[in-house]
Amino acid sequence: MIRLLEFVGRPFIVAVEESGRIILLLISAITWMLRPPFRLRIIFKQMEFVGVNSIFVVLITGVFTGMVFALQSYYGFKMFGGESLVGATVALGVTRELGPVFTALMVTGRVGSAMTAELGTMKVTEQIDALHSMSVNPIQYLVMPRIVAAILMLPVLTIVSDFVGILGGYFVGVELLKINSGIFVAKIVEFVDLEDIFNGLIKAACFGLILSLIGCYKGIRTTGGAEGVGKATTQSVVLSSVTIFISDYFLTSFMF
Amino acid sequence: MIELIKVCKSFKGQKVLDNLDLKIEPEKITVIIGRSGGGKSVLLKHIMGLIKPDSGQVLVNGIDISKLNDKELNEVRKIFGMLFQDAALFDSMTVGENVAFPLKEHTKLSKKEIDKVVEEKLLKVGLKNVTHKMPSELSGGMRKRVGLARAIALNPKIVLFDEPTTGLDPIMCESIDDLIINTQRHTNATFVVISHDIGSTFKIAHKVAVLYEGKIIKTGTPEEIRSSNNPVIKRFISRETEKACQT
Repeated sequence: MIRLLEFVGRPFIVAVEESGRIILLLISAITWMLRPPFRLRIIFKQMEFVGVNSIFVVLITGVFTGMVFALQSYYGFKMFGGESLVGATVALGVTRELGPVFTALMVTGRVGSAMTAELGTMKVTEQIDALHSMSVNPIQYLVMPRIVAAILMLPVLTIVSDFVGILGGYFVGVELLKINSGIFVAKIVEFVDLEDIFNGLIKAACFGLILSLIGCYKGIRTTGGAEGVGKATTQSVVLSSVTIFISDYFLTSFMF
Repeated sequence: MIELIKVCKSFKGQKVLDNLDLKIEPEKITVIIGRSGGGKSVLLKHIMGLIKPDSGQVLVNGIDISKLNDKELNEVRKIFGMLFQDAALFDSMTVGENVAFPLKEHTKLSKKEIDKVVEEKLLKVGLKNVTHKMPSELSGGMRKRVGLARAIALNPKIVLFDEPTTGLDPIMCESIDDLIINTQRHTNATFVVISHDIGSTFKIAHKVAVLYEGKIIKTGTPEEIRSSNNPVIKRFISRETEKACQT
């Protein structure tokens, strides 16, 4: 019986411990963010890596998400003659959910994994200890700039994704499925509030925090050489993605 | 200058340092020898505050660094330089950027002045025309030289070496030994080297400390260690000398 309890309880204890350490890392990153030097150059470099270098993948994901969403909702609405609502449905779906979530997932795959792999390699080759030995705090030098960059760039990428997603929906709805373009746009204006877009962007910033915090945490806790780096990278992507989905539910229920 | 008093450290229930006492003389080369996996690197990391002891004191210039917070530790560490086992060069930076890193972080020197210091330090470790190379383009020995140039960039008062000759061929080992001796003579800094290379130890050390089962079992000059009757030390020296002869 005790063994069974241990078997069930151990993963729970590990999860609580891990969450605690992640929160401590966040507190430490915030503390170091407020202390000079402010590492602006590294933050801008990370913003380029997180934002500019992710544009292409976000564009592709965004446009096809909008297109397929328009297609699916058209088939649904056609059953009761509500095709005119396709535009508003696509715009609401994209700005509230699909834009922020899909962008975050793509950036997790591209950037979160790279953060873990880079910091993990630095950890196992003692480069992080080398930073300590030169009186440079690794949280301030490595972790804080990545978190700030992800929080700032995810909303920007989401705006791009929202825009091309709606454009993709417009192309499928108006050009391919022959919905009246005036109605398509009018319904978007009628149903989509600025608040929908704004809340979507707040979600995106939260996802940016989650993926960068987990990416960095898994990186700086890496042990066990090349194999350890591989393991940490996989864990980072899985944990970030799952956390993004879970937090999306709570953010949505809180915001809308 | 550096003193460890009754330092204990365990990892996952396994005792690595057990009531360890050690005094390191200033402006001398002290080599700590011991078996691989015997806690030498852990001991070195305690001296720099990279690892905190479970109990005991690590005194640097009279300050117990195990009680300091991150910010205070960063201040104390400015008098340290460290050469890591595999040099731990930043692989996203060139050799020049690696050596310039501590200068950029902790001095207000202009770019021109930094470049001059970088060149001077690289020359000191016997390297020329490597500033623009990436660490991945260098051999093991060259990487260690660059690591040493970076460690002494700020003219530290204490330089720590984690197995400086491990993984190098005998000729390169000798040149690293000479480099350590000459650099110490030039800088007059306190050098703490950990090693299991007996030949190299007796060549470079002013003082030798023997680490065994988490304790320093003897400290003394190389001659005193060589003539020790302690069976553990005798066995260790003869084994390592045998190994060196075979290579």
